[in-house]
Amino acid sequence: MRGLMSTSNHSHGGAHVAHHFRDAEHQFDSAKQGIWLFMVTEILMFGGLFVGYAIFHTIYPQMFSEGASHLDWRLGFVNTLVLIASSYTMAMSIHHLQKNEKDQAVTKLWITVLCGVIFMVIKAFEYKAKFDHGLLPGHLLNVEHAHAVHANLGMYYGFYFCMTGLHGLHVLIGMGLIIWLAIRAKRGDFGADYFTPVEGVGIFWHIVDLIWIFLFPLLYLVG
Amino acid sequence: MGSHNNHSGGNHSHHIIPKEIYTRVMWALIVCTLLTVGFHYLFHNVMHGSVLAAPVAFIIAAFKAALVLMFFMGLKYDKPDNRLIFATGFFFLALLFIISVLDIYTRIAETSTL
Amino acid sequence: MASSTQHGSGSEVNYINEFKGIGSWFTSLDHKRIGLLYMCSIFFFFLLGGIFALLIRLELFKPGAQLFTPDQYNQIMTYHGAIMVFMVIVPGIPAILGNFFLPLQIGAKDVAFPRLNLASWYIFMAGALIAMSTLFLGKVDTGWTFYTPYSIKTGTAATVMVLAAFVMGMSSILTGLNFIVTTHKLRAPGMTMHRIPLFVWSLYSTAILQVLATPVLAITLLLLAVERTTGVGIFDPKLGGDPVLFQHFFWFYSHPAVYIMILPAMGIVSETIAAFSRKTIFGYTAIAYSSLGIAAVSFFVWGHHMFVSGQSEIAGVVFSFLTMLVGVPTAIKMFNWLATLYKGNISFEAPMLYALGFLFLFAIGGVTGIMLAVMATDVHFHDTYFVVAHFHYVMVGGTLMAIMGGMYYWFPKMFGKMYNEGLARLTFLFIFIGFNVTFFPQFILGAMGMPRRYFDYIPAYHSLNAISTMGSWLIAIGFFLGLYVFVQGIRKGPKASQNPWGAKTLEWQTSSPPPHFNFDVEPTVNAGPYEYK
Repeated sequence: MRGLMSTSNHSHGGAHVAHHFRDAEHQFDSAKQGIWLFMVTEILMFGGLFVGYAIFHTIYPQMFSEGASHLDWRLGFVNTLVLIASSYTMAMSIHHLQKNEKDQAVTKLWITVLCGVIFMVIKAFEYKAKFDHGLLPGHLLNVEHAHAVHANLGMYYGFYFCMTGLHGLHVLIGMGLIIWLAIRAKRGDFGADYFTPVEGVGIFWHIVDLIWIFLFPLLYLVG
Repeated sequence: MGSHNNHSGGNHSHHIIPKEIYTRVMWALIVCTLLTVGFHYLFHNVMHGSVLAAPVAFIIAAFKAALVLMFFMGLKYDKPDNRLIFATGFFFLALLFIISVLDIYTRIAETSTL
Repeated sequence: MASSTQHGSGSEVNYINEFKGIGSWFTSLDHKRIGLLYMCSIFFFFLLGGIFALLIRLELFKPGAQLFTPDQYNQIMTYHGAIMVFMVIVPGIPAILGNFFLPLQIGAKDVAFPRLNLASWYIFMAGALIAMSTLFLGKVDTGWTFYTPYSIKTGTAATVMVLAAFVMGMSSILTGLNFIVTTHKLRAPGMTMHRIPLFVWSLYSTAILQVLATPVLAITLLLLAVERTTGVGIFDPKLGGDPVLFQHFFWFYSHPAVYIMILPAMGIVSETIAAFSRKTIFGYTAIAYSSLGIAAVSFFVWGHHMFVSGQSEIAGVVFSFLTMLVGVPTAIKMFNWLATLYKGNISFEAPMLYALGFLFLFAIGGVTGIMLAVMATDVHFHDTYFVVAHFHYVMVGGTLMAIMGGMYYWFPKMFGKMYNEGLARLTFLFIFIGFNVTFFPQFILGAMGMPRRYFDYIPAYHSLNAISTMGSWLIAIGFFLGLYVFVQGIRKGPKASQNPWGAKTLEWQTSSPPPHFNFDVEPTVNAGPYEYK
């Protein structure tokens, strides 16, 4: 049973090459292709929401405009900058690992986590403001308290909370993964000859940034 | 597969993207974000609405996305397979969008003959 | 299973007897063992879905209420559909036979991500358990398609069922992702893309569909869950939403999903027809690329499910035209299989019988599909038993026949034993005849105008419905007999040789059952997969 669980054997000098790969390079390429395929599924999943948003936005432009007017674009703007910075530090951590600069890599990973925390805190304040004003999805929308002009304003907030909620969930998952990476990196698991998990999580973290790049104008500005 | 076996031995020889490129990309992204906000201010508060608002915002967003994809995600230096995989995702998303929209916008204007 | 097969094979070490104890199965990263885990669970769900099918037919045996109330009937119909689609034929061939034979056929030691592979099974089981939990949480009566606005309004456990489908979708995505990378990266030396067996081509095409289509189902189901809990109105016409948009999103996944179900079946047929004709397959390249062609075209045709749903006439015309394109790659395959048979040295073992049965039934299913693609005829046939008969000819007559054939074909390799050939042929007879008795009358019923999904019908439809119900009993006998042949073969079957069929693909070059890492020596390939003469 233990024999089944451990798939590593120590061939080709790479300590992490599983038995069914030729060498570390082969394993790295395969893992990376898997990550890219996974990214495609992320794009298509969020894409469905974007398509729905685009369609209803053109059907009910005024209603969407009313919804967006309750959002503070400055918060979205700051969050955009925070995520750009975090993407930069994430990319830099891989750069350092490739050069075997362990300590800098660990620092960059923790800064990335910190950016994630800042993003989520700002997001939490935004959500709180929405709750306080009764700006909620669907029939939870408090029409009187929110002074809603359009009866189906709840649809806008449906999109708003689905999109930012799903995105926020990805940020949280990404943060968890990066904390795990930072601990492992500190332990010395990664270096120039093996950094596949960092590369994979990095790509995931960038896609989270990429989605926010579209969410920001879509939700905060164009409405 | 054997076709990419030019790195013999276990050692990696991955392309290391220079620090300067990452820094420049980050600044470009920040400038683009400022541009987005600037155009928003122009269209919204100065011109009080313009048909260009949405297209401009999304062209800038697409440019930013391309930067992230090419440099942060390293697709520019990656294998063609992975570029193709990613492009496929966008293609099928576009398909979903185009056909759904085709239906909805030809549906409403139409009067049934029945 | 682990204990029963340890005896007999003596000193020989293989993937079954190398590790012992039930725990070694639930933690195994070996693709072959994971395939068998899937086999056990999917067989169980198939039994469950089959029981629901028999109950449907019993209720429809005579006009008027027989056993159930109309509400119960709706629930039974929903569970039959949901179980058969999400838990049996979508995962079916890829998860069982694909898991087992994809690495073997390309000469790999495992799939690219063994841990992910095991995780897929656990995720699948979690989804299946959630789905089953709805039986105790108020049941579901929406049909497996969850059409809005009814699925928003119904007071049943639809939200839970929707989440279950979401979870099982994740499992499907991960399997597909694993297979794509495995096919790209783990082929043995010399195994070029144009030397991989056609079963691998079909799994590869299927995997592309799983990865590209399922995420859209995921988001659709999430939105439906949100719709049910908060009423955001995206799919609810009362709140300014668009129920037809739900159908667009849903069928963007679910039409390609139809090909997720049938493409691997086509792969099995390609293998068995070549093996039992003892002849190089005719048009390897055409069959291989028509798999990719079907996968691609399948994304452009989803609107033919919506001809009478209120989509625009222009969209309908476009979809009607595009749908007929599916006929082209499908026909290419049919003709190539027939050409392979021509002047072949054919023998009629059970796998071959199932493959030939597939050709016959799939041709009927396919041609009636073209009839339904024509918008004008579809308006008449839509939501009648004609459609029910059509897709059962494809899904059961196609996919299930292929699963049975594939299981018999690879049985010696999977378990190292032979099944009872005579009884296996008898299962074919029961299933094939029973199937036609059950579903052919439904074409006629549909053409006469009997609507589908209804709990009752007018007396004029009685005799054909009675025949159909009796046919369902024959199918049941066939499958139970099949189960017996299976269990008996595993327990008492004579030892199988390495290559009992004289087939040429790589999985037959290793021992039966294969060792833990599939091949004692990594194979090197220097010829195509079907070089018979």
